[in-house]
Amino acid sequence: MPPVFGVLFDGLAYGMLLFLLSVGLSVTLGMMNFVNLAHCSFAMLGGYVTVTLMNAYGWPFFATLPVAFIAASLASVALERLIFRRFYNAGELEQCLLTIGVVFVSIAAAAYVYGTAIQPVQLPDYMRGSINYAGLNFAVYRIFLIGISLVITIALVFTIETTRFGAQVRAAVNNQRMARGLGINVDGLFALTFALGSGLAGLGGALAIEIVGLDPSFALTYLIYVLIVVSVGGLGSIAGSFAAAMVLGISDMAGKYYVPALGSILIYLVMMVLLMWRPSGLFGRR
Amino acid sequence: MTAATVAGPHQYMAEQMRWRWSEIAFWLATLLPFLVAPSYLVLANQVAITALFALSLDLILGFSGIVSLGHAAYFGVGAYAAGLASKWGWGEPLSGLLIAALAAGLLGYVTSFVIARFRHLALIMITLGLGLLLQEAANSASWLTGGFDGLQGIHTWSIFGEFHFDLYGYTAYGYSLSALFLIFLIARRLIYSPFGLALRGIRENGQRMPAIGAATREHIRTIYTIAAIIAGVAGALLAETTETVSLEVLGFQRSADVLVMLILGGTGRLYGGLIGAAVYMVARDQFSGLNPQYWYFWIGLLLIAVVMILPNGILGGLSLLARRLKVPS
Repeated sequence: MPPVFGVLFDGLAYGMLLFLLSVGLSVTLGMMNFVNLAHCSFAMLGGYVTVTLMNAYGWPFFATLPVAFIAASLASVALERLIFRRFYNAGELEQCLLTIGVVFVSIAAAAYVYGTAIQPVQLPDYMRGSINYAGLNFAVYRIFLIGISLVITIALVFTIETTRFGAQVRAAVNNQRMARGLGINVDGLFALTFALGSGLAGLGGALAIEIVGLDPSFALTYLIYVLIVVSVGGLGSIAGSFAAAMVLGISDMAGKYYVPALGSILIYLVMMVLLMWRPSGLFGRR
Repeated sequence: MTAATVAGPHQYMAEQMRWRWSEIAFWLATLLPFLVAPSYLVLANQVAITALFALSLDLILGFSGIVSLGHAAYFGVGAYAAGLASKWGWGEPLSGLLIAALAAGLLGYVTSFVIARFRHLALIMITLGLGLLLQEAANSASWLTGGFDGLQGIHTWSIFGEFHFDLYGYTAYGYSLSALFLIFLIARRLIYSPFGLALRGIRENGQRMPAIGAATREHIRTIYTIAAIIAGVAGALLAETTETVSLEVLGFQRSADVLVMLILGGTGRLYGGLIGAAVYMVARDQFSGLNPQYWYFWIGLLLIAVVMILPNGILGGLSLLARRLKVPS
């Protein structure tokens, strides 16, 4: 039986990954009530950008991360301006169907270009191996993952809480019509937030390759986890997403270590119990 | 709308319930595979089963506005119930359907208490979670379900000891089509009843219905249980006519596929699910040479196109066309 701290550490790293993947969706859902199921397709795009740059062009791992971010945000803005924006006032069923259509197309496109095999990445040497401390093994990559996610989280909270842009985002999430009435350009703001959120998902997708692997089904498999995080955390709440990602990451890892018979049932059970207790999420207000 | 042109509520309801020529033609056309395409009867059987499943989803999604991403849960439970009954020595098909209906209905009744409390994203997530939960549970309980390998050893007896399930699907299609037609009649009666009207009210405005005294949650619980029963029967038909049950009957893919079919045909129209299932299944059969990965490329494009161009599905587009051409339907 693995030590408690080891499981906590792995769960924490996994939770951080889930947070990076889902925070963008949480904010955009909270702002526009637009159910964007294609969010993880952008994450997958980020992952494939990293794989391509590393394997075909020999870029170092770290240099590919910003490119993954930018590629995902550019793709998302293009889709948002071309298609999604017409559906902000449509019903959630239409939004679900439209974006799940995008997911199907992206999965098929990825399978066409890269095949269905899991993509390999070669991390730099200093990222592999692990540190031994107090009798416990800490994988270097996971430490790095937790670190980079914490930095991003702090930057996000700082941006949202203290800058003018953040104040506008908070206003738009809180009451979109009122924000419009005050002269905030909600559409432009939304496009920017959408790009930022998808960029973070792209970054998350690139960082996830080492932990969970990358194949075309990524867009659908992790969509479910991301939706769980978003709905449990509460729409538009960064703190909520963070808490939910941690709870789900740790409970998923703990479940897999301690009660393998339950397999991945545990994460769905946790979600349903949490949602029944608080239908609008842990930190949701609606 | 039309209510202004008729005398009273009774006449309005009766007017709604009248059989149209197009409906009779549709049901006559379902007999065509026996005559013109006997080699496609196996496919026709699949279409009929899927159509029944889509009809069940239409009852909750199209008529009551309950978006479900986990409807395969009831289909799968029905399939496993009938399959297990047969495996344990009771292969009589009609009572197998009843067993499946009971199992799926029980699950539907229990879960409907949860379903009726939620709306919007929480509802989508809870139905999705329920479907995934059941699939994982079936995967873990391999002693009961056969796990990843599927349920082995199902044998379905002849119907009434007369009609043997043959390899070409004559009996299978006749059996599934009869079940589909009978259940369709019940669903049709239900939809054009005052209860069905109340459901549409809930779909249109979930807050106003309680205000005029409608028992919203009770209605939702009732229709959800009924839909679960129908889905269970569809699952049982699949288990009995194919004599296999695999984990895939519970999968998210099945829930998503049936949603696509319903949207393609048109929601809230009774025939939407049937038409959508037929078009989808026949198209998939035609493109079966295609790698399934690429099939989903076209399905994705189709979904985007339907949402953008034909928001009410094929039937919605047709009725719009009919109104444009001033053809009395």
